[in-house]
Amino acid sequence: MSWTEFFAMNGYGLYVWGAYGVTLLLLIIEIITVRHKRTTTLRQLRLMRDAGEEQ
Amino acid sequence: MGINWFKYAAPTTFYGLAGKLVPWFSVAAIIFFGIGLYIGFFVAPTDATQSEAYRIIFIHVPASILSMFIYLIMAGYAALGLVFNTRLSSMMATALAPTGALFAFISLWTGALWGKPMWGAWWVWDARLTSELILLFLYLGFIALQASIDDPRRADRAGALLAIVGSVNVPIIYFSVKWWNTLHQGSTIKFTGSTMHIAMQQAMFTMLVACWLYVIAITLMRVRSLILERERNTQWVNELTEVRA
Repeated sequence: MSWTEFFAMNGYGLYVWGAYGVTLLLLIIEIITVRHKRTTTLRQLRLMRDAGEEQ
Repeated sequence: MGINWFKYAAPTTFYGLAGKLVPWFSVAAIIFFGIGLYIGFFVAPTDATQSEAYRIIFIHVPASILSMFIYLIMAGYAALGLVFNTRLSSMMATALAPTGALFAFISLWTGALWGKPMWGAWWVWDARLTSELILLFLYLGFIALQASIDDPRRADRAGALLAIVGSVNVPIIYFSVKWWNTLHQGSTIKFTGSTMHIAMQQAMFTMLVACWLYVIAITLMRVRSLILERERNTQWVNELTEVRA
């Protein structure tokens, strides 16, 4: 079986790769969002602490 | 065993524990996804009636199972938080909701892409599909409700009520293929035995395990930020190395 045949999925390529591709994309977006959330939360905590020390 | 399990019910200790567990679950998830996809695409044979289109099953079924399980776990945590007023349980419920919504969406999306070539329709208002769509709306409703209330404790309680009432939908999804005459097929794998090819079963179960590991990893990551946010005025948070840096 060639790679071209593999990606064609016997004519169902659009459906099969559409299902897996979008799933992968969404999981990557979720991971980026959660990591970004951690970065911003930590930054906020430091800002709040620094603001508290100045007073 | 002299382990004090309640120790880990406190956000202080759970934060550290979750941080240690995330890399392990992440690596395990990647390994299982790799094995599952390999079996699913290179070992499992072509289906006699559905040709290669059936390979969507390896993501569709695990995502659907997870979307229901995550909801029940979320409702369970929310109920614990409501009854015992445990902060961490409520935070776990909040952390699970986005991933649950994501899996409900993946279930619907992959189902549509499977339905089009097999049924000739992206969508039908069938009992199984409709109840899964309601599940997605329940997740989104839970997230929106919690986001609309400023006081976190009140948001926890309101969300918990919605989650508990909505959990009645989960058995409806599960039994819909039995209770109603639906276009959606019943489960192929039963406790009494299966007609499915062994490699197809292996791929599906490996992908299911991979999805579980992913859900655990991402939820622990998300709950850690929630803990920091909600405990921001405590001394232990301000003494953390990542905050002090």
